[in-house]
Amino acid sequence: MSTTDITALLPFIILAATTLIVVLVISFYRNHFITAMLTVIGHAAAIAVLPSLTHVTPLQVTPLMIIDDYSLFYIGLLTAASLIVTVLMYSYLQRREAQREEFYALLLIATIGSTVLVTSSHFITLFIGLEVLTVSLYGMIAYLFTNDRPLEAGIKYLILAAASSAFLLFGMALIFAETGTMLFSELAEKLAGGEDLRQVFILTGTGMMVVGIGFKLAVVPFHMWTPDIYEAAPAPVTAYLATVSKGGMFAILLRYFIELNVYTYETVFFVFTVIAILSMFIGNILALLQSNVKRILAYSSIAHLGYILVAFLAAGALAVEAVTFYLVAYFITSLGAFGIVGLLIYNEREPEDIQDYRGLYVHRPWLSAVFTAMMFSLAGIPLTAGFIGKFYVLTAGVSAALWVLVILLVVNSAIGLYYYLRIVITMYSSPEETGSPSGYLAQSISIAGGVVLAFLMITLVWLGVYPEPLIAIIQDIAGRLGG
Amino acid sequence: MTLLWLLILPIVGGLLAWLSGRTGTQLPRWISILALAIVFGLTLQVWFQYYSEIDIFKEQAWLIEFEQDWIPQLGISFYLALDGLSLLLIALTAFLGIISVVVSWKEIQYRVGFFHFNLLWILAGIIGVFIALDLFLFFFFWEMMLIPMYFLIIIWGHEDKRYAAIKFFLFTQASGLMMLVAILALYFVHGNATGVYTFNYNELLGTDIPASAAMWLMLGFFIAFGVKLPAVPVHTWLPDAHTQAPTAGSVVLAGLLLKTGAYGLIRFVVPLFPEAAMQFAFIAMVLGVVSILYGAKLAFAQTDFKRLVAYTSVSHMGFVLLGIFAWNELALQGAIVVIIAHGLSTGALFILAGGIQERIHTRDMDRMGGMWSTVPRMGTVAMFFAMASLGLPGLGNFVGEFLVLIGMFMENILLTVFAALGIVAATIYSIWIIQRIFHGEPREKWEMPDLNVREMVVMVAMMLALLWIGLYPKPILNTAKPALDILQQGVEEVQMVEEMPSPNSGDNKKIFISFKKSQIGDH
Repeated sequence: MSTTDITALLPFIILAATTLIVVLVISFYRNHFITAMLTVIGHAAAIAVLPSLTHVTPLQVTPLMIIDDYSLFYIGLLTAASLIVTVLMYSYLQRREAQREEFYALLLIATIGSTVLVTSSHFITLFIGLEVLTVSLYGMIAYLFTNDRPLEAGIKYLILAAASSAFLLFGMALIFAETGTMLFSELAEKLAGGEDLRQVFILTGTGMMVVGIGFKLAVVPFHMWTPDIYEAAPAPVTAYLATVSKGGMFAILLRYFIELNVYTYETVFFVFTVIAILSMFIGNILALLQSNVKRILAYSSIAHLGYILVAFLAAGALAVEAVTFYLVAYFITSLGAFGIVGLLIYNEREPEDIQDYRGLYVHRPWLSAVFTAMMFSLAGIPLTAGFIGKFYVLTAGVSAALWVLVILLVVNSAIGLYYYLRIVITMYSSPEETGSPSGYLAQSISIAGGVVLAFLMITLVWLGVYPEPLIAIIQDIAGRLGG
Repeated sequence: MTLLWLLILPIVGGLLAWLSGRTGTQLPRWISILALAIVFGLTLQVWFQYYSEIDIFKEQAWLIEFEQDWIPQLGISFYLALDGLSLLLIALTAFLGIISVVVSWKEIQYRVGFFHFNLLWILAGIIGVFIALDLFLFFFFWEMMLIPMYFLIIIWGHEDKRYAAIKFFLFTQASGLMMLVAILALYFVHGNATGVYTFNYNELLGTDIPASAAMWLMLGFFIAFGVKLPAVPVHTWLPDAHTQAPTAGSVVLAGLLLKTGAYGLIRFVVPLFPEAAMQFAFIAMVLGVVSILYGAKLAFAQTDFKRLVAYTSVSHMGFVLLGIFAWNELALQGAIVVIIAHGLSTGALFILAGGIQERIHTRDMDRMGGMWSTVPRMGTVAMFFAMASLGLPGLGNFVGEFLVLIGMFMENILLTVFAALGIVAATIYSIWIIQRIFHGEPREKWEMPDLNVREMVVMVAMMLALLWIGLYPKPILNTAKPALDILQQGVEEVQMVEEMPSPNSGDNKKIFISFKKSQIGDH
């Protein structure tokens, strides 16, 4: 391994080192603030080195990992999201009884897993990255184990995630059995070379991988776990699940599909089309029926994955751009929305029921403005990043003439509007109507949480009004990945 | 830069109004008035400055343009341009905007700052729609005006506001997305044909679209504009939204928001897809006639004053739809006059309805009656606007509807006959309004003050404007003419080219064109 290779791995080294430091510090001196601060610094350092790495890319570091601009972008995105979750979780834990410090070690490990995942060019890295991420998530979900619900959610996630990982492994094994390689680049050659491969193995293998991947992405019909776990996990962890975990998986899925040109397989294409349609409809329709904000957001995230799949199926550079932009917008809104849920305390608990938000505008106008912006972004309303994202996705869909998907997406965004607006309306209704006690005034949100929300809000509007710089970066990446 | 100011003033004014809401209820109102007055002043200044030039035929219709790269990677630019048509509509927007602020002076006491923020942002969105000539930017503004309108209804609306606001939002949003898909498809058709991927309106004009695709794309646009206009059968959001909105909201909805639909049809649907639009013209005109008659019939069946006025809007906007799809000079001129006159007359009726509700807390006409003696000024004013609404000669609506009917007569006599029946129906319901509210035996005893100075100033301003349009519509017609000429010319050129190879087919279309050339040429 050369010096350049080591340089290219700097973000991982920094994150890993931070994990060690955090663990060491905890064992000698327990202090919530210092631990969180170290984690923040570690994340920030990992992000800070990324721009300088563009000089060495693209670089194949051992056969296992590829560091190119695409990986760097996603490492940056995932690490930034993880950084924000750190801050949100700090405010969250600060107000709860728990052994707080260990959480940050888990978070760091999960982020390493997720970032390794997006750089993988080999089945082994893909699997290791995924498992590192998933195993840490068990702990993160069940972190407040004195409470029944997170514990139950953690175990549920453990069982289902383990089963889905088994599917993924089996799928990889089948493909390996037929092609004799686990390297993406060699797989691509073998598949394109038209060698006499038994399609049964390839298709079954791909199918089983789809099950494993589908579970991680929480697309229909592998979505059953989402609402329960989103609801029961601490809100910042839910934000992490929705962003870092899903985003990493999607990034590698996109790379895998493009490198192997899986789009040419009609069966696979058809399966993903069905998954996209089902995810959009089932996600949105079930979200309509919920009255718990976290469950609404959980189902809405299923629908959003459906939207992203529409762009994903469009293939080509435009698809990469659309998916990436949409993911960025979706990251910001998910972090913002779950962040607010986590920052508020309503009668000693997270405000989950939609009625808990009644009159939020009166008590906390700024917070409700941020929440409104997040909802509008999810609904794809102008001046928010979600609008440009939806526009981009539709552009990709139309360019590939996926008319059915595009029209269904339009229908679904209209359905989706209804429940986003419902949350917004509730916030702006006057609290007197029900006479319920307003539990918000008890505690103010922390400064750190406020700063993060302000940052997310500004980014959201900035990308909605002036997306040009981000699009320039994304186009650059997409061009290189496609070509 | 003037164009940019037209947008910046209401946007910044709105933010200032919101922030100043903390200091009290007066400052937001004055800030809003000031911002809108400057917009109005700027519009008038541009009008006077270019009025002499407007008459002169020019190749390029735009009086002022402003272009700035926005997202160059996707061919999106911040392209604003203004022609006579936009100018008229912006003048109307600023005028009704000021009036909306004034009529809310007493009605709105809850969260005054936020109210004016929403009001000004709606107006900014509407102005943006009228001057954005990049299709992406147009869509941006198209969607942008919905949110504040939604808030306006949901926060300051009447008893059934949630239902109305959500219905309004879902209808307009879903139809808007259809348009977005059509815009994108047009973008790719144009890009694939020419290699230039752009949302610029000027470049997209005359794109050679395969006939079958053109019809679908045209429908994508038509649905969005048809919902806004509104045309039967997608009008059902309108009575709810108009009825439940606060007065200023109703004025903006009826006076301006509906007009964005009409504007879209004139600016985009027909010029971008001339052939598809011509094939579709008959259906659209039938929809127009159905809207006229059905709207009038439903108006007659209402007991809620605001709901009644809302249905008359459906009826009046039917004339606009007719005028646009007749697509000859007279009909188009008529459509534009209807757009402006209807904005004033219906706006005024909504203000009266709001005024009555403010005083007696009901809109139910069954509970009114015999109010003339109590509020004679209000009665007189109502009489004036009811007469305007029924199309009394000398007032603006008459000029518009008459021109539409004449223009329409050249295209389809039978439909014209039915459309003319709409005027009869309008007479019935207009007189009926006055009869039920102001004449007859009082059903309940109401004590209420007559119109005060503030309200009278608003009413007189609107009356004068209607009288001006009714008696001397020439400046308006002159201002719109070059813009319409250029739009028509573009459409004709495309049709001519298409007609050449097969002279024997498509008789209907040829008649259409020859009418335009021969009979209106000497006008």
